[in-house]
Amino acid sequence: MDEYALIMRHEDGTKVASPEQMQIWMKQTMDWIGGIAAQNKFVSGTGLPFADAKVVGHNGIVTDGPFGEIKETIGGFITVKADSVEEAVEFAKGCPVLAGEGNTVEVRKIAKRDGVH
Amino acid sequence: MEKKELIPHLFRTEYSKIVSVLCRRFGLDYIEIAEDIASETFLTAAQTWGLNGAPPNPVAWLYSVAKNKAKNHLQRNTVFETKVAAAIQNSYSYSDMSEIDLSPQNISDSQLQMMFAICDPSIPAEAQIGLSLRILCGFGIDEIAEAFLSNKETINKRLYRAKEKLRQEQKKIEFPGAAEINKRLENVLTTIYLLFSEGYYSVSQNQTLRQDLCFEAIRLCSILVENKSTDKPQVNALLSLMYFHASRFEARVNKNGDLVLYDDQDTNLWDDELINKGAHFLKRATTGNELSKYHLQAAIAYWNTQRADTTEKWESILQLYNSLLQIEYSPIAALNRTYALSKANGKLPAIIEAEKLNLSGNHFYFALLGELYTGIDDKKAILNFQQALSMAKTDTDKKLMRKKIEGML
Repeated sequence: MDEYALIMRHEDGTKVASPEQMQIWMKQTMDWIGGIAAQNKFVSGTGLPFADAKVVGHNGIVTDGPFGEIKETIGGFITVKADSVEEAVEFAKGCPVLAGEGNTVEVRKIAKRDGVH
Repeated sequence: MEKKELIPHLFRTEYSKIVSVLCRRFGLDYIEIAEDIASETFLTAAQTWGLNGAPPNPVAWLYSVAKNKAKNHLQRNTVFETKVAAAIQNSYSYSDMSEIDLSPQNISDSQLQMMFAICDPSIPAEAQIGLSLRILCGFGIDEIAEAFLSNKETINKRLYRAKEKLRQEQKKIEFPGAAEINKRLENVLTTIYLLFSEGYYSVSQNQTLRQDLCFEAIRLCSILVENKSTDKPQVNALLSLMYFHASRFEARVNKNGDLVLYDDQDTNLWDDELINKGAHFLKRATTGNELSKYHLQAAIAYWNTQRADTTEKWESILQLYNSLLQIEYSPIAALNRTYALSKANGKLPAIIEAEKLNLSGNHFYFALLGELYTGIDDKKAILNFQQALSMAKTDTDKKLMRKKIEGML
């Protein structure tokens, strides 16, 4: 069985949500992850808060936040176990981030430490 | 206390103390000698007290007889004098070899160290429970056999092999160092919880025996909580969890000995005193930053003691299961999580999630599906209950499923 990272991409990280809306998203995310864990397919995961975010440029210039010219940002990622990329995609389809128009979930296979990848 | 109850009662409480103290003194290699001396002590008590009546202080009497028997044994046995005695004298600074220390402090220390010695991953889980019941809880071989639905020969063999393993591994009776204690505690807690579950979910029909197992697990965990170095948050959490579960003893079995499901229980039979104890230790468990699986399970158990069927209750239970499953997956947690999901989010989303669980080898899975389909698609519900019935292993489970099916026809 392989491991896949499901990376949650927000089209516009500067959008401000109401506390009530955030509460709903939080529950939906916890239920989504709980559902994957209930299939014994959850490996690990973390949210990436927007506070205290920095971007470091190639010339050593540090800017605040991931939002400059580009508004798209990563909200978090989880790692799951799956037999195939198709199965991992099925997990991704349940991600509540996708309720937001323009948001995406990127599915990426985790490289194995087997000398091949 | 009646005389005929006195000895069994003392056996439960004192046998393990005597064995632990002697073992600490002699080393685990001589665990059987320690057991023999403790057993002989009780045999002497039964004979003497039967004739002369019980002494005014039976416990002190037992200790002094055990000391004498140990002393005699040491004097008689040359192997002990030459080999063990030398070893003991090296590792302990006792000048008087034959002095056996049965002070409360040494008893408590010895029992604690014995727990760490027995609850070791090198011994199979079943044997750990068996040894714990025998050595730490003073259970008879008959009782252990009944609890495991096994026979005396099998249990004796299992215990013998476990003791051999202890010898081979050269386990010492000692207290783990501060750095190691959390890891070693994990094993001890696992065994204590297994012991509790063995009683709580046992297939044995003997209710008294089952409750005894549970309360022994609680007693062992209490020893850990009472000792400073093992009074850790996760230990308190486990103790809290067991008290919360134990509060439903009276409610979960009816007069005929049949299991009563949580939803059908008479909540007046829930024991408030035990619930309060659970709450007390849950509070004590929340002192650090650590959130162990026992914390999550204790919190779930807390919500289960709340009588009102509120959205808040089921939403909390759902989120606790979501977190628990991320720490440690188990089929039963996955099934319970899905049930909580149906209560918090509705039956339809729960059915979709249930279908993904991949637990079709488990009869509880079909029982859950039956429950979820009830009122949505009764035909499907009955089919699932029938499937559960055909897979159920115990009479109790079969009875429950038959009742469900009859209720729907």
